[in-house]
Amino acid sequence: MKYLSEYRDPTLARALIGQIRQSASRRWTLMEVCGGQTHTIVKQGLDELLGESVEMIHGPGCPVCVTPLEQIDRALALAAMPNVIFTSFGDMLRVPGSECDLLQVRARGGEVRVVYSPLDAVALARKNPEREVVFFAVGFETTAPANAMAVWRAAQLGIRNFTMLVSHVTVPPAMTAILDAPDNRVQGFLAAGHVCTVMGWTEYEPIAARYRVPIIVTGFEPLDILEGIYLGIRQLEAGRCEVENQYVRSVRREGTVPARTLVERVFHLVDRQWRGIGTIPMSGLALREEFAAFDAELRFGLSEIRASEPTECRAGEVLRGLLKPPDCPMFGNRCTPEHPLGAPMVSSEGACAAYFNYGRIRQRQHAEV
Amino acid sequence: MATTPLIDGLTCPVPLTSTERVQLGHGSGGKMSASLFRERILPHFDNPALAVLGDAAVFRVPATELAISTDSFVVSPLEFPGGNIGSLAVHGTLNDLAMMGARPFCLTAGFVLEEGLPFDLLDRIVAAMAAAARRADVPIVAGDTKVVERGKADGLYINTTGVGVLHVGARPGPRGARVGDAILVSGPIGRHGMAIMATREGIGFETGIESDSASLWPVVAPLLHRFGPAIHVLRDPTRGGLASALNEIAQASGVGIELKESSLPIPGAVQAGCEMLGLDPLYVANEGILVAMVPEASATAALECMRADPLGVEAAIIGRVVAAHPGFVVLHTALGGTRIVDLLPGDQLPRIC
Repeated sequence: MKYLSEYRDPTLARALIGQIRQSASRRWTLMEVCGGQTHTIVKQGLDELLGESVEMIHGPGCPVCVTPLEQIDRALALAAMPNVIFTSFGDMLRVPGSECDLLQVRARGGEVRVVYSPLDAVALARKNPEREVVFFAVGFETTAPANAMAVWRAAQLGIRNFTMLVSHVTVPPAMTAILDAPDNRVQGFLAAGHVCTVMGWTEYEPIAARYRVPIIVTGFEPLDILEGIYLGIRQLEAGRCEVENQYVRSVRREGTVPARTLVERVFHLVDRQWRGIGTIPMSGLALREEFAAFDAELRFGLSEIRASEPTECRAGEVLRGLLKPPDCPMFGNRCTPEHPLGAPMVSSEGACAAYFNYGRIRQRQHAEV
Repeated sequence: MATTPLIDGLTCPVPLTSTERVQLGHGSGGKMSASLFRERILPHFDNPALAVLGDAAVFRVPATELAISTDSFVVSPLEFPGGNIGSLAVHGTLNDLAMMGARPFCLTAGFVLEEGLPFDLLDRIVAAMAAAARRADVPIVAGDTKVVERGKADGLYINTTGVGVLHVGARPGPRGARVGDAILVSGPIGRHGMAIMATREGIGFETGIESDSASLWPVVAPLLHRFGPAIHVLRDPTRGGLASALNEIAQASGVGIELKESSLPIPGAVQAGCEMLGLDPLYVANEGILVAMVPEASATAALECMRADPLGVEAAIIGRVVAAHPGFVVLHTALGGTRIVDLLPGDQLPRIC
């Protein structure tokens, strides 16, 4: 298929894997920031093919995984309200809150609908003026422009029955938090190509310089990821620490200016709690004062809903790259996709779910050897 | 000035019978029920066993073993590219029989209609059912209609039950997979599920893809005739797609299954739709393909046999049954890696980004 098969070519992939193995004089540790990249790596078995030349740590770039429990509980409370139509992207539906998930709220009579775009939620609000339509705005800088556009459009149209439960996060502060941790093992990053498509890479230049780590803006197909890894290792071997763009077919240094402008117009930076990591200063997006009328937390008075993480789940260590999912004592026994203890086991992009779904045979084979 | 005759004020108004939509009265058991059946269903399905209109159909069975299967159909939307709930209800049950190696013999049809269902829609659905049954040469010999209040059903639901005559000598079943078997599919995967998803409200893209809904007996009959007991497994990978069907077989037979990614017949439009929605085509529903497992030595001949039928022209050998990793399905990726293809905990959910 055009624009896909070219980036999945087995012959080119094998050549790149050979180059990576040849150029690595030691085992380097890279982190792919985005959950979509994690999935490609595990789904295609890339980690297995790369062997000893590089260790990939799966980063915190899965919006489903890092949305704090408190926000999930707020979403569940909203979805259970009789006059509310609660709209969300599909993969938030199975994320466990303190007591249940959105699918269970729906089974009990709450109206929960999957939408593919926040603008669909705005359209739903226009069609149902007597109902309150709430959209669960989660995600990184990737989904922020469309969500900003939905609020902008609702404001333009004078729609009063549309609000957003906002739980947006941004990538650079999370990378800084990982690098600042005393037990950090990450020596270089594959930055998320779609985030950079929106934001460009100027934010990453000071990080690369200050922490002396290469940052490769990388796409999501197997060849993108292999090339990103190759560029990262080449920099590490040469002692360089620059921002380099692998995803040239989509990303420019300044990003997509109209999208950035809209995001800045509608949202502003706030401190944000990350599930499994804790509060990271100025790492979240919240609606500006001017758009407070569209803030579901304010309209429905949700600030009293508080929740604390269950202590058994070690998602924090997984998301910081300190623990591989199969090494968690709960993995695959007390914690499975059917009965997840934490978010990384739920999302299709979550590191634990990825390992559970694709990696168990490999774990078994290693055990048998 | 005309005066209203007094008598008009004394007669009970005769209830209006809508000529356009189903009403609760159509489920009353009275005249409206009778007319619904006689005018809208019987003409389509007419056959001697049904025409008696007794409380049950009476028919003579050949002196052999029978298979019986029932399935309820609740698909939304009711009509989709490549079929509707009516044709699906016939094909679905016929295929369940065929997968057991049973030649479909007769069908029953039960309808739950929602008050307000437009008659023209009902007519199209019943006509499609009748056409599907006729093409398969299987009569619908008994049936039932009920009407529920508006809001209590999603337009209509259909249950079909099928009776089939088992093929002598072949007993394909999910426990029949043997180490060394080749795994074949009779056609490209993911078309039904993707046609339904593309039609559902709120997705907003057109794939031009049609459901593969079809009766598979024409593919099954020559396989059974030619290979008999060598057909170890037949399965139609409906809900949960190819991945779920293969997992069930691996577990039931206590064997491992190896798939080759590059051999999977995935239509471009299905692949594109899945990429956009963040879904895996291995888990997307099919309604007109089957999986067969046969000894390696018969694989090429079985493939040719499938390809001889128009439904099987794109048949392919996609993998093999192995002794390693019993109960697991493992995919060899095009890049040379491996991964587990597991059962999903629930429905596939579209991803955020």
